Amino acid sequence: MKAPLKWLGEYVDLTGLDAAEVAARLNVTGTELDRLIHHGVETPETVVVGRVLSAEQHPDADRLRVCQVDIGGEEPSQIVCGAPNVAQGLTVAVATVGTVMPGGMKIKKAKLRGQVSLGMICSARELGIGEEHDGILALNEALPGAEDVAPGTPLTSVLEHADEVLDLEITPNRPDCLGLYGIAREVAAATGAELRPAPWTAAGAPAAVASGTSAPGPGEDADAPDPAGDAIDGFAVEVRTPLCPRFTARLFEGVTVGPSPLWMQARLSAAGMRPINNVVDVTNYVMLVTGQPLHAFDADRVAGGTLVVREAAEGEELETLDGTTRALRAGELVIDDADGPTSLAAVMGGARSEVHEGTTRVLLEVASWDGPTIHRTAQRLSLFSEAASRNAKGLAPEQASWAQALATRLLRETVGATRVGGTIEAGTWDPNVVAPPLTVREARVERLLGAAVSRPRQTELLEALGFVVTDAEPDAPAGAGTLQVIVPAERRADVTREVDLIEEVARLGVVADLEPTLPARRRPSSARLTPRQQARRRAEDALVGRGLQEVVGWSFTDAGAAGRLGLTADDPRAAAVVLQNPLSEDQAVLRPTILVSLLDIARHNRTRGVEGLRIFETGTVFRDAPDPTRPDMPFEHTAIAALVQDDVFAAKGLLEALFSALRIENWSVEATDEVAFLHPGRAAKVLVGSGAEQVQVGLLGEVHPRVAGTWDLPRVATFLVDLDKTLPLAPESRPFRPVGQFPDARFDLAVLVPDDVTAARTVATARKAGGALLEDVAVFDAYRGKGVPEGQVSLALHVRLRAADRTLTDEEIGGTRDKIVAALAEKVGGVLRG
Amino acid sequence: MQERIAELRAAGEAAVAAATTTDQLEELRVQHLGRKAELPNLLRNVSDLPPAERGIVGKAANQARQALQAAIDARVAELAEAELDAKLVADRVDVTLPGKPEPVGGLHLLTRVRRDIEDIFLGLGFDVVEGPETETVHYNFDALNHAANHPARDPGDTFYLAPSPRLSGDIQRLLRTHTSPMQVRTMEEQDPPVAVVVPGRVYRPDSDATHTPQFHQVEGLWIDVDITLADLKGVLLSVARSIFGADRDIRLRPHFFPFTEPSVEIDVSCHLCGGTGRLRSGERCPLCKGTGWIEILGSGMVDPNVLSAVGRPEYDPERVQGFAFGMGIERIAMLRYGLTDLRTLYENDVRLLEQYA
Ligand SMILES: [Zn+2]
Repeated sequence: MKAPLKWLGEYVDLTGLDAAEVAARLNVTGTELDRLIHHGVETPETVVVGRVLSAEQHPDADRLRVCQVDIGGEEPSQIVCGAPNVAQGLTVAVATVGTVMPGGMKIKKAKLRGQVSLGMICSARELGIGEEHDGILALNEALPGAEDVAPGTPLTSVLEHADEVLDLEITPNRPDCLGLYGIAREVAAATGAELRPAPWTAAGAPAAVASGTSAPGPGEDADAPDPAGDAIDGFAVEVRTPLCPRFTARLFEGVTVGPSPLWMQARLSAAGMRPINNVVDVTNYVMLVTGQPLHAFDADRVAGGTLVVREAAEGEELETLDGTTRALRAGELVIDDADGPTSLAAVMGGARSEVHEGTTRVLLEVASWDGPTIHRTAQRLSLFSEAASRNAKGLAPEQASWAQALATRLLRETVGATRVGGTIEAGTWDPNVVAPPLTVREARVERLLGAAVSRPRQTELLEALGFVVTDAEPDAPAGAGTLQVIVPAERRADVTREVDLIEEVARLGVVADLEPTLPARRRPSSARLTPRQQARRRAEDALVGRGLQEVVGWSFTDAGAAGRLGLTADDPRAAAVVLQNPLSEDQAVLRPTILVSLLDIARHNRTRGVEGLRIFETGTVFRDAPDPTRPDMPFEHTAIAALVQDDVFAAKGLLEALFSALRIENWSVEATDEVAFLHPGRAAKVLVGSGAEQVQVGLLGEVHPRVAGTWDLPRVATFLVDLDKTLPLAPESRPFRPVGQFPDARFDLAVLVPDDVTAARTVATARKAGGALLEDVAVFDAYRGKGVPEGQVSLALHVRLRAADRTLTDEEIGGTRDKIVAALAEKVGGVLRG
Repeated sequence: MQERIAELRAAGEAAVAAATTTDQLEELRVQHLGRKAELPNLLRNVSDLPPAERGIVGKAANQARQALQAAIDARVAELAEAELDAKLVADRVDVTLPGKPEPVGGLHLLTRVRRDIEDIFLGLGFDVVEGPETETVHYNFDALNHAANHPARDPGDTFYLAPSPRLSGDIQRLLRTHTSPMQVRTMEEQDPPVAVVVPGRVYRPDSDATHTPQFHQVEGLWIDVDITLADLKGVLLSVARSIFGADRDIRLRPHFFPFTEPSVEIDVSCHLCGGTGRLRSGERCPLCKGTGWIEILGSGMVDPNVLSAVGRPEYDPERVQGFAFGMGIERIAMLRYGLTDLRTLYENDVRLLEQYA
């Protein structure tokens, strides 16, 4: 919301406060400044009123005129001007030498085709006060009384054409601050400056006159019923929906559509709105002051003189002001006249009844709407105009009266229109139904804020914001009383409870110098990560310790990722969760596996010349299938995955480190050729537990060369582990096992086994045969080739035996060795080599 | 005989003294004291001498042999020392050559900052909990007191999931826009008092240098019978000092959030300019843009409607109260490490990541 400071100053006395000071106070009381803008000429004081004494054709340029302009100096100043409408006798705005124009251009003494030029005669657009660009601004036409102004007088003394503008961020709960008077009230409460009476009141009207910006005229008591009654001859309004609590209309005759006064154009421009014509400008001006949108119909184009507000039927069509035919949804709001839909209520007017150059009678609609309904419509049609976004807030019905009153005065003063008849009232709103006052318990304020605020101080703070406060028990001791508070209309939607009033007290009177404390009741023991959280950190740290760099990939990927992984449509991993409103096709679905992220990141790094990549990530993956814990939501789990530019054994070594960090010992792998994105001969399922308790927790393997190729990668290996399944299996601690005081006995065995016997099976066989004395057995080499018969592999086993209570005898060692050799021969066809 | 012994000893000692390498001494040892050498043979044949000479000659020969032995040992030690010195000189390397390469590992900056924040809050007595990234409108908005027309619900501010025939229930699903749904989920599960932080990934459809469509937050919630706004300030002051330094101050700036009332944004005094708004050079501080303050998080007292939405008598807003806050991990990372473009965090150029490892 843009608040031009001088305009704002009409409603609150800003004497002695500059824009930065106002912004600073607003900033610490709840209204943040987005930016401070200077609107218009940078050096307004150097733009003066001038009179064109002569305008002669430039001797050497067809389109230029050489003018002698009286700008108050002893001699006229010569100014070369290119505008077609410059002429002798005009009163104009002259940017004198040294003026800095909007955008930073500096006016210098210049020679144009040989003729000296001492300044610039300005157009309205050059001054930043309008769109006019046909030529220079003829003040004698556009500004009443300008002909009587002495040349050389600063233009600012007759027209506020430049201003400081506070661009404020208005939070969604404060639609009252979408009007300048609401901001003025905040400024008054935040700075202690005096708030002037509202401009729609009788008392507020003269204030506007005093500032010299509008002609005199009586104000009205906006909150009282219209003395002229609620009827207008020839017009009728019917509201057939509860979603429009109040609809008011007034009729104006004698309208001549033309440009609005310069001061109004200047203010609208400063507030970021384009001046259009005097009628539309009044509706926009009033909206900017009151926060309440208005709509002007050409009264003679309202067919039958009737307006009906109703809910649309599904699929119904309407042509809006922008010439688009739009299909409506059931429950959206339209306004009909006798010829059918004429307006998309509160969002956009219809083309048929729009005010146009020939309009002479205006029917002015000001209505209140159900915010969420309007919000939905505006959202669906992407039609968030200034008016629609205000109506979407659900404004107070009282605001309609304020807007009608101010618009009536301005239409009279600036358009010369005459109001005819009364104010049509429709809708369910009953001004006599008043919400009961809210109660604020003094003790509650202190209990919530941790700082005491006396009742008188609370009263003072709330009254500054327009609340009406009564001390219910004036004799109650400090800390034990209550206040009764009536909420002003424009705050009714936001302030509905005691706590909302406490917030008002807090933001204006407490927050700035609140003493920090720590909670009195603290837990008796310190907080710790849960065992699972600790295990996750250990897992990550283990991989970092092995020289892996953690990465953080996107949760998003494109719909083609599953295909690039070689997954067929019926693979559960191919069922991606799809976004309804993705930012781009590249981020249209949620990743079904972290491998996608790792491959993307690997490619990115490789194209930048990084070799020997070792990366891992912990994160969430998603699948379009019911989540076991929340069946109406998609499946998601936390996974940890690594990718190394190396072979499957490198990845397995990292997996061993991971399980070791998790203290999980009974894990194993089982070869698989069924995972589309893994090398069919170098891939495995990762399993934890045994027998019926065994669960698959992940995958290990080299990425399928075809898949790696898709990502422009050489051989890479990966593991993927579901942490949601794995972390609960990680023991909190590992039982202590004594190393043993007695020496161990070690020997190696080289056995030939058939190729289809896995190392795991050979080791398991040896372990079982070794019995109680066997401390460890492991494969340290596997060899195929010269000296090993075809179809066989030579496995080198390292065996360690130990007894806790004695040194093993040669007999014991030899006996165990024989048992192992025999078992290998019997169970896996193992033949001892040399 | 004794002269011969003296001669042999003298010759041996002279040769030892003249030797220049340990190898030569080894040869001399064989030559003078070895199996075939004269002196040991003399000793071996002492028993052949007349008894009167045996003692004298034996003693002299033995002395000569021991002396020679000692001379060789001494000379060997002396030469070995010198030879080692020489070898060390020859073994000298250029120690400025690089070490043997070890793979470099590291946590991502976001993880480091997240863990830091978790640890700070653990120290203040908060548990760490986590929650799902796909959410319902109920948990993300309704239960958090967002009005039906609150702009955060708009598709321009929230990623919605396309309807799925595989899932039951006709509900609108979304990617959580904040970690706040865990406020409600935690209170559903746990009785008061509750003090938790919730780190996690959140999503909003925004993309520029300071916004990425996914980012990370840490939510905080402390509910008990007597938690006040002053406590909120005290706790967050501790946090700000832990993160940005002991000299930092914070200020509360009133704001609006649907799920807290009153709501405040927290600014920390700028650590770059010390809160003065000016650098030592006199230039305007680029970090706080001359204001001396940097916004770090949004917070407030939990709105009674949020407590009521939990639907448990334990969370009757007349009985319990407390504060909630949400801070952006990326934002803290930017402020702490001087990052200017968040998107680089998700590009994952390992050469960049390693700088923070
Ligand atoms: Zn600074």
